[in-house]
Amino acid sequence: MTDTNGHDTANQPPLSPENEAVIQLTRKDFVSDQEVRWCPGCGDYSILAQTQKVMPDFGYPKENIVFISGIGCSGRLPYYMNTYGFHSIHGRAPTLATGLKAARPDLMVWVITGDGDALSIGGNHVLHSMRRNVDIKLVMFNNRIYGLTKGQASPTSEFGKKTKSTPAGTVDTPIVPLTIALAAEASFVARSVDTHTEHLQGTLNRAGFHKGSAFVEVLQNCNIFNDGAWREFTERDVREDRMIVLEHGKPLIFGRERDKGIRLNGLRPEIVTIGQNGITEADLLVHDEGAEDPYLALMLSRMQWPEFPVPVGVFRAVPRPTHDELLSGQIEAAVARSGKGDLAHALASGETWTVE
Amino acid sequence: MTTTSTSRSPEPDVQELERVTIRFAGDSGDGMQLTGTQFTRTAAVFGNDISTLPDFPAEIRAPAGSLPGVSGFQISFSSADIHTPGDQPDVLVAMNPAALKTNIMDLPPGGALIVNSDAFTQQNLNKAAYASNPLTDGSLKGFTVFEIPISTLNERSLDGLDMTSKQKDLTKNFFALGIMFWLYERSMDPTLAWIDQKFSARPVIAEANKRALKAGYAFGETTELFHTHFRVKPAKLAPGTYRNITGNEATALGFLAASQLADRPLFYGSYPITPASDILHQLSGYKAYGVKTFQAEDEIAAIGAAIGAAYGGALGLTASSGPGIALKSEAMGLAVMVELPLVVVDVQRAGPSTGMPTKNEQADLLQVMFGRNSDSPLPVVAPATPAECFDMAIEASRIALRYVTPVVYLSDAFLATGAEPWRIPNVDELPDIRVENVTDPATFRPYARDANTLARQWAVPGTPGLEHRIGGLEKADITGNVSYDPDNHHRMQVLRQAKVAGIADDIPLLEVFGPSEGDLLILGWGSTYGAIRSAVERLHADGRSVAHAHLRHLNPFPKNTETVLRSYRKVLIPEVNLGQLLLLVRARFLIDAIGYDRVRGKPFRIAEIVAEAERILGVGHERGDDVAGDHSPNTTQGVD
Repeated sequence: MTDTNGHDTANQPPLSPENEAVIQLTRKDFVSDQEVRWCPGCGDYSILAQTQKVMPDFGYPKENIVFISGIGCSGRLPYYMNTYGFHSIHGRAPTLATGLKAARPDLMVWVITGDGDALSIGGNHVLHSMRRNVDIKLVMFNNRIYGLTKGQASPTSEFGKKTKSTPAGTVDTPIVPLTIALAAEASFVARSVDTHTEHLQGTLNRAGFHKGSAFVEVLQNCNIFNDGAWREFTERDVREDRMIVLEHGKPLIFGRERDKGIRLNGLRPEIVTIGQNGITEADLLVHDEGAEDPYLALMLSRMQWPEFPVPVGVFRAVPRPTHDELLSGQIEAAVARSGKGDLAHALASGETWTVE
Repeated sequence: MTTTSTSRSPEPDVQELERVTIRFAGDSGDGMQLTGTQFTRTAAVFGNDISTLPDFPAEIRAPAGSLPGVSGFQISFSSADIHTPGDQPDVLVAMNPAALKTNIMDLPPGGALIVNSDAFTQQNLNKAAYASNPLTDGSLKGFTVFEIPISTLNERSLDGLDMTSKQKDLTKNFFALGIMFWLYERSMDPTLAWIDQKFSARPVIAEANKRALKAGYAFGETTELFHTHFRVKPAKLAPGTYRNITGNEATALGFLAASQLADRPLFYGSYPITPASDILHQLSGYKAYGVKTFQAEDEIAAIGAAIGAAYGGALGLTASSGPGIALKSEAMGLAVMVELPLVVVDVQRAGPSTGMPTKNEQADLLQVMFGRNSDSPLPVVAPATPAECFDMAIEASRIALRYVTPVVYLSDAFLATGAEPWRIPNVDELPDIRVENVTDPATFRPYARDANTLARQWAVPGTPGLEHRIGGLEKADITGNVSYDPDNHHRMQVLRQAKVAGIADDIPLLEVFGPSEGDLLILGWGSTYGAIRSAVERLHADGRSVAHAHLRHLNPFPKNTETVLRSYRKVLIPEVNLGQLLLLVRARFLIDAIGYDRVRGKPFRIAEIVAEAERILGVGHERGDDVAGDHSPNTTQGVD
């Protein structure tokens, strides 16, 4: 079984009883009547377009889809989706999504956030929504800068980066979003690039079909305040040599000639060339997104340009009971044990006495 | 021995009293809260009116025997209707020197003092900073002192049980409780049953506690120390079935009831904080009622999740105390902007900052009224007694749902932990607070408003054809689209204000206890109710022209508030803060009300309100000994 993008969906759960009725939706159905107001040339346009394109894949009627965002340029995305949407406050979108999904397990909930929103002011909520395996699809636009406030350093800005707020260079070490997500026990962790439209669609599709907390980092360009944020390895002419596309069950091969690979040397990855020094494909690391332990995914998350090609794709996808399933399960168990609660019984619990 | 052994001879004298106030005080490891709670249950089930004041340190185990480690529990029980746990105890039970030192100043001359003389060792006297032993230096001669070697007697009663000395010593609070049960003719049966249930898995501990209780009772009966025991008959409460309830219990039950009455599942987002945590504990036990509780990573996540759940159509609830409310403020502003129903419970405690977490104060009124950016109006309600927490929880939910607005519910530490009898209502006498979500795509406009309530149209996700976006950015009137239009913003600010102000048409008028006009009105809110009402009853007994009005709705005020206030020559506003309602009343009505504040982490005493009223009336007695002398600026004229 494949979806409209040709991705394998054989192991994915049926998401909506209304599948048949809504399968005919197209991208157009998810375009709202609001004028899009990002800067011309912004990477967000592509992310919006790919998001709208994959929405019909999931079989949810659009009234059962909710986009929740925080503050920042990414925060505007819900206005442009013809679904339910909630543009909340800085960093707190995961909290609203947690409450909404707990109260309404029938909804598909997306969280749209940015590097400042998710990793600075909202870091705590990302951590805890992931560890709880809240069934949300969190898409983090990473442009390594505060765009909406006009160009201050963000938690993913390179060390020493000169910005409006750091004229002598930032003294803060950047954090790697996917390492954080993995450490927080996210059950689905992936990365893509705004301009790699087909890959981005595929990644969003996989996230959408994942049951549980999905963390997707999208490397995104801010052409006004941090132009070329990822250019060194995402440009068309270099990306095959400087990025590596992760595919489950396949060896880690990259390069225009498909002759380079990643092998494990002790506890560290190492770049090797196939055919040199007797290296064959069999020596390479084989990607396993479903590995029970997160070591491989954590190691891949630490691979950064220029030391390594930058991995994109699904780093980790493992099944785990979701927060709303566990909450609802406790309620069902309590009802099965003692029957549906009777208010009069609760009011009169404990010791009582009667006055005639 | 049986629990009805008071009929034995020779029978001691029995003296009938209308009301007795007992304070149990000991080390925080001595089980004083448990002792007080057991006495409370027993008195309540017996049919007395009761009122309690637990008073405990924030430390779980402060150093044993130290002054900061003292934990107290005061209970007043009566055959008449009472409103407070009593200004002063008639009987003080002090389990160690530190408990004596920190409580003796509240015992009136001639009051009964029961001490565990075993605890008055040199080491404990040192910890309590006593230069000499108060049991022997004559400093207690103004009281009726009963020195009882409770530890020794108790340990003796446990002979033969397979326990360490230390374990045995932990049961001595039950010995003390047994003495009090005999002294006040109480049955031991409810406590014996409780012990059996509580320690069913540990039969030796159960046996020890039961023996300790019975030994204390037998000691009271056989010793010649006590010449009299006392009888406090059941109170004449209105007919019905009653239970004993604390404010936090009533709050949790009230929101459970509200969710059923609204036919919406309750979602409770919360982060642990004293004194609100018990609400989380209780609601987390209501799973069979469909209640979903969420212990969040912080206060902000707690309210964020509650807003998310409310957006999905649940009854969204979050609770905290002042410091947590400060953290929630931005999200409360979001709820004001997106106009979703939500209840925010603030169980106030002494501040600022961390303050005194277990102590009482009602000083968050201005915080919840104004502690957000911009004009950000939301309704505020406040229960006046522990039992009333139930009704006000339903009222807060009703307003939130009907007006599609966040509502603040102000409880406090005194209400939260204090207990009183509660007549259990029949479910069918509770209000129907259901509201419908909109479903019609033809007429749906997210910010179109009901002509009466000004509530916006509230559609929940999952409703076909009503897909729309809300958020913290200013909304265009009617359409709800993002708008920076200057006139629209002014209109929306006015509309949000008018929506909250209009709730005044939908809440009860302010009631007056006492003459409908006269010399003095005492206006209160929240947990000062009991002290004010009792003070006014005393003033009436002296023929004073004084009335009491108590606000349950602080925003908006009831419609007749100004009329009521202007019906008296003077208005006195006692508050456990430095004049917050006073500020609102003066600003709103230009009435030169007089403030009276005592911010000690404790509730008001009745006598000090009586004295202040008499001072204003220019009448009364010399009551200097009743009132601590630190007159604040507000005792003369307001705070400005």
